[in-house]
Amino acid sequence: MANAQPAETFSPIFGRLTLDWIPYHEPILIATFAGVALGGLVVLALMTYFKLWGPLWRDWVTSVDHKKIGIMYMVLGFIMLIRGFADALMMRAQQAMAAGEAAGYLPPHHFDQVFTAHGVIMIFFVAMVFVTGIMNYVMPMQIGARDVAFPFLNNFSFWMTVAGALLVNISLFVGEFARVGWLAFPPLSGASYSTGPGMDYYLWALQIAGVGTTLSGINLIATVLKMRAPGMKLMDMPIFAWTTLITNVLIVVAFPVLTATLALLTLDRYFDFHFFTNDFGGNAMMYINLIWIWGHPEVYILIIPCFGVFSEIVSTFSGKPIFGYKTMVWATACIMVLSFVVWLHHFFTMGSGASVNTFFGITTMIIAVPTGVKIFNWLFTMYKGRVRLEVPMYWTIGFLVTFTIGGMTGVLLAVPPVDFQLHNTLFLIAHFHNVIIGGVVFAVYAAVSYWWPKAFGFQLSDKWGKRSFWLWFTGFYFAFMPLYALGLMGVTRRMNSYPDPAWQPYFIVAAFGAVLILGGIVSTFVNFYVSIRDREQNRVGDDPWDARTLEWATQSPPAPYNFPESFRVNGREAFWQMKQQGFKWSGHYTPIHMPKSTAMGVLIAAAALVFGFAMVWYIWWLAILSFAGMLILGIAHTFNYNRDYYIQTDVIAATEKKGATA
Amino acid sequence: MSPLDSPTMTPETAMTPGVTVITDDHGHHDSPTPIGFWIYLMSDCIIFGALFATYAVLGGGFAGGPGPKDLFEPGFVAIETALLLFSSITFGLAMLQADKGKLGGTTRWLIATGLFGAGFIGMELYEFRHLIHIGAGPDRSAFLSSFFALVGTHGLHVTGGLIWLITLVVQINMHGLNGPNMRRLGTLSMFWHFLDLIWIGVFSFVYLVRLV
Amino acid sequence: MSADTHSAQSHDAGHGTGHGTMGQLMIGFALAAILTIIPFGLVMGEVEMNRTALVGIIMGLGAIQIVVHLVFFLHLNTRSEEGNTFMATMLALIILVIVLAGSLWVMHNMNTNMMPQHEMDQQIEQMKSLQSQQG
Repeated sequence: MANAQPAETFSPIFGRLTLDWIPYHEPILIATFAGVALGGLVVLALMTYFKLWGPLWRDWVTSVDHKKIGIMYMVLGFIMLIRGFADALMMRAQQAMAAGEAAGYLPPHHFDQVFTAHGVIMIFFVAMVFVTGIMNYVMPMQIGARDVAFPFLNNFSFWMTVAGALLVNISLFVGEFARVGWLAFPPLSGASYSTGPGMDYYLWALQIAGVGTTLSGINLIATVLKMRAPGMKLMDMPIFAWTTLITNVLIVVAFPVLTATLALLTLDRYFDFHFFTNDFGGNAMMYINLIWIWGHPEVYILIIPCFGVFSEIVSTFSGKPIFGYKTMVWATACIMVLSFVVWLHHFFTMGSGASVNTFFGITTMIIAVPTGVKIFNWLFTMYKGRVRLEVPMYWTIGFLVTFTIGGMTGVLLAVPPVDFQLHNTLFLIAHFHNVIIGGVVFAVYAAVSYWWPKAFGFQLSDKWGKRSFWLWFTGFYFAFMPLYALGLMGVTRRMNSYPDPAWQPYFIVAAFGAVLILGGIVSTFVNFYVSIRDREQNRVGDDPWDARTLEWATQSPPAPYNFPESFRVNGREAFWQMKQQGFKWSGHYTPIHMPKSTAMGVLIAAAALVFGFAMVWYIWWLAILSFAGMLILGIAHTFNYNRDYYIQTDVIAATEKKGATA
Repeated sequence: MSPLDSPTMTPETAMTPGVTVITDDHGHHDSPTPIGFWIYLMSDCIIFGALFATYAVLGGGFAGGPGPKDLFEPGFVAIETALLLFSSITFGLAMLQADKGKLGGTTRWLIATGLFGAGFIGMELYEFRHLIHIGAGPDRSAFLSSFFALVGTHGLHVTGGLIWLITLVVQINMHGLNGPNMRRLGTLSMFWHFLDLIWIGVFSFVYLVRLV
Repeated sequence: MSADTHSAQSHDAGHGTGHGTMGQLMIGFALAAILTIIPFGLVMGEVEMNRTALVGIIMGLGAIQIVVHLVFFLHLNTRSEEGNTFMATMLALIILVIVLAGSLWVMHNMNTNMMPQHEMDQQIEQMKSLQSQQG
């Protein structure tokens, strides 16, 4: 290989980290690093100039407020979207160029890192982060709670996710990333075939972020079960709260399998165990089996909250309660269980034989049924409703069309003989982008434009929102329809170059689609910019969309305590009921009990980041030190019994008055 | 009561239509910690499930190396099992003392629990050291890899439980058996009994069945 | 373990899973001890019995003991926490069964349908020896 790795050396102080691992000879990375460093310096300078360090630390970093944490998740998601999308553009450009004799501009060594990083980042640090952020922000208010069940844990979960994301990004400039595809199948990802730190960056980044994800899952389940407003039965909750509950149940039962699987691979790599090696009785197929036991529920973890988002939006903008509330809940519950019995459809070609393949093919087709129920529920909600075509509805309708197409191609892939033809081809790539972009990305955009006025008190620009939608929507079809065609021709995924020039026109169309999507992403940021700039003109009230659920009963932006008084609800769509009955707060406030901010979450996560880095580079002394640091900080935190305070009535009264005049 | 019913639903309130303000806002929610911690235990249980599955699938991969009958001593495992079971009982006794508000009794039974736990960990470390010494370390075969991973993960949990237990003994003696400390005792008790429960799976499935 | 936003005063009032009584603890201890001694006795006493039956007995007693621990030590019942504890346990059990049984089924079928490494090695050896005999 042209870019051979630096020689393996070991020093007690720096482990295997040497200067050769800093990729100063790669112009693309140097330019990226210069850009990031320059941008970083500008941000640092501006923050110092405007004296924002104190507020950032006090109001955001150490905050345990679920709304602040939700917004920080969204910021992280958008930053990582830029990184992941840059990888996508690089791949599209490479494949548009590298036909026939041409080699393109990315050597295989680099191209393999790019597609691995793209997959890992987009799933773990974009899609997961976005849905977690939305669930964090919206769900507690929807059930009439003041915060999540374990506010400190929420802050800690977020910073662990950030630590994982940082570790992936550090790999860009120190060392390299894995070259194994987003799920890192052994034996390729084992010690014999993936030397160097890339694969270890992958393992530790995912393990650290995984801790955050699991804890946040437990936290949100406990919130739904224990923190609902008095009188709110589970069957009274908004659909989004339901989908949050079910998603987090899936997280809590699926992520442990990922944790265990990655831990076993880590043992293989670090301590010469033989789980997934070719020799000594190991079996690489066991890894593939285990990782997909997590992997299939994972795609439902991503999409189920998005179903919740669309349910809220469809109902609000049709001016009607959601059609078939109970079928919606039960369909989601069915998906939850069924998502655990379909995993083998990811490896029909592994050779488990006809009986096994048939079973999993049939279960896969069955899981399309509850999803279909949902599609019809949304359509019937709109039917005979007074549908208002605001930006969130654009995304919703775009989703209904696109997601249905993606679902159909999924059912095609569920037929084992068809899958034998299409396995690992670009048809599969087109299919899952079809459901993830059409489902998750569109839902995130819909959610951002829907709940933005709640979070900040002013609306996003209509014009730029629509531009962003149309660019994403058309861009998606240009980018991925050619991949379906290529897949049917037998073009496999992850190819650095290909011999047949007849494929090139398709790749060029796909690259054009990616450029359109770039336009969509740029429009998003322009949208944020112009909307924040013109925020005074865009101010709206607490309930700009004439919505139906409790989060709209708060101020925009909501006060730290969300609701000034406790209240009892009875039946669904509590906020709609409040509006019908002309509900007013009594004004007899009592002190509100709230959790205090704490720096412990971010400190432990920082120690975890150092630990991950030290393990990647075999810097054993630092690993021991940082692990001890995590342990000591964690224990020290339990010695703090003074974790809460009361918001006094005069503060509540002042806050409520300010909200009323705004 | 069906889980779909909220705890706060009573017949009178069900009659009141719409949304009403509650003026006496005290204790509507009890602590979410027990259910939250239970959910954590279930997720931990699935980590063990994946490790058990790995042992089940790869446990026959001896690669020409030693098998269970060459390595496992049922008598040794029986003593380990007894130690863990005793530690579960002493923890139960500690909880009964704590419920009566007796700090001294609670502390003494917790220390007894810790000693049994430490004895268990000591025996496990001895077994691991012995196996590695005779060339039956985790790098010998897939069978031994999956054995060390499963039993070792359980051991790490017990070690974590011991650190937690020591911390809590210090804390109850600093602050007494107050609300937060009782809650913590309750969660550690769940954790400790859970580890004993996992050990049932280990001694049955990992050791005994393979010696038949 | 962090502060609960709503209820500072009601910490110990509502423990969903109580801590049981001395009686429960002792019954649990006795049952667990018996259920441990039997399987160890069977193995250590090298009882003459059908292998499958013995494995079945050991696994069965283990399963029963797990239930004993759940009921007498962890105080699992269908009422505490409005049944949520029980529901969570049942869901975890379903997933455990799927993971264990599913993995075994899938991997067993793969091993029978695809040729495992050592069999392949054996066949190569056989072919080599055949060739050397012929040569």
